[in-house]
Amino acid sequence: MRKDAWWIQPLFVFSVFTAFVVYSTWAAFQGAFYWHENLLSPFYSPEIWGASEHALWQRTGTPGWWPGFLPYSPAFLILWAPVSFRLTCYYYRGAYYKAYWPGPPSCSVGVPREAYIGERKFPLIVQNLHRYALPFALLLLVFLTIDAWNSFRFDAAGGGKEFGLSVGSFVLTLNVVFLSAYTFGCHSLRHLVGGGMDVLSGRPVRRKAYECVSCLNARHMAFAWTSLLWVAFSDIYVRLCAMDVWTNVRFF
Amino acid sequence: MKSATFKVWRGDREAGDFQTYEVELEPGYVVLDAIHKIQAEQANDLACRWNCKAGKCGSCSAEINGSPRLMCMTRVEDVAGNGPITVEPMRTFPVIKDLVTDVSWNYEVKASIQKMTPREPDFEDGSWKMHQYDVERPQEFRKCIECFLCQNVCHVLRDHQMHGEFAGPRHFVFAAQAEMNPIDLTDRIPQLREELGIGYCNITKCCTKVCPESITITDNAIIPLKERVVDRSYDPLTKLVRRIFGRSDKG
Repeated sequence: MRKDAWWIQPLFVFSVFTAFVVYSTWAAFQGAFYWHENLLSPFYSPEIWGASEHALWQRTGTPGWWPGFLPYSPAFLILWAPVSFRLTCYYYRGAYYKAYWPGPPSCSVGVPREAYIGERKFPLIVQNLHRYALPFALLLLVFLTIDAWNSFRFDAAGGGKEFGLSVGSFVLTLNVVFLSAYTFGCHSLRHLVGGGMDVLSGRPVRRKAYECVSCLNARHMAFAWTSLLWVAFSDIYVRLCAMDVWTNVRFF
Repeated sequence: MKSATFKVWRGDREAGDFQTYEVELEPGYVVLDAIHKIQAEQANDLACRWNCKAGKCGSCSAEINGSPRLMCMTRVEDVAGNGPITVEPMRTFPVIKDLVTDVSWNYEVKASIQKMTPREPDFEDGSWKMHQYDVERPQEFRKCIECFLCQNVCHVLRDHQMHGEFAGPRHFVFAAQAEMNPIDLTDRIPQLREELGIGYCNITKCCTKVCPESITITDNAIIPLKERVVDRSYDPLTKLVRRIFGRSDKG
């Protein structure tokens, strides 16, 4: 039996994941305080159908096609994309198998059960379709980049927009940077851009793409955590600004 | 540090238990030094496999304080805590005697993995033209010293004892070395999926953590192979594209 404090890591993963899932679920159900002036919470981006000025279709109330017995929030229309991407992510799989299943809770600690099917049969065989969540995660980055750009554009006194800088600009820009570093380091993307081939010499574009993705992939765990925590903080920041608890300080 | 207490597992396939030894230490001692000292001064019949004492032969694999490590690369001062230092044989393989295990199953699995089929040579002397960039990727896997620590730590083998259905990380590294070779034509994806059971790997990355050669086993060997299996077996779109355009992952 290992004599070191092996339980710290799975306990940390369990605690942070659980806290994130609880908070993000609560935030998604709120359907309010998710934007403040030129800031939009990443949990609600893109706001496909909603009341804010950031919405692609700016409407109040619930879409007509939405089942009446279900509560509605703009977050429900998009959160499935990042959830499915992270849930099937190769890094997160290893981490949450250890923290929740646990199989095993940590290396050379022992598994508290005998039966094991791995990812060969349902339900975990579905994990093999991680690559199908990738395009949606990439598409979200486009919208989050637009949100970050909008966070630098403020209403001008004489009408129109003017360039400015606030704390929120930093928050949303860092959010898209961390999420991009995580998404572009995806193992499936690494395979698709070149890892699936044995010969990359003579294919300069593929080779460069493979090198770039591999570089980020080597730090996939770090970016997975950084982006997870920062996206939650971004929502908290926008939410507290919208609730007038915090003030989005503008530098110019 | 002047001395340390070691609890060394002694026994055979039938039974065994930890026995305690007090060892006088010298500066720079590794665990293998301590085992040798016990062998020389206190227990002449203590069985221990070793060879190079430089972390290159992969012989002295054991579990030190419950963690799989090479005895020759583990400094005593790094593992000495408040209690005694435990040294026991690898749990995944049957014990022969004391710290020596029977790892012959690994060689049987290795022999069963499909060999390389090189494409036609590029030159009359039978050699090939290969770009160093393409060779470097499988070359990482050639660093493997076959210590089998990765096999030992993998829970599929260690806890579930699925030796008949799962080849283990060392053999996925071996398969990747051939599979990613730029001149190889063998299609071993069906073998990886079925006989070698790559789908049992649930990416705990324990194999990568214990590798004394720092081979990025999970990220560079297992996951890329899993993705190739996905291409062939689970991804309908890729299967369709390959069928229409006749694309291959070779070349």
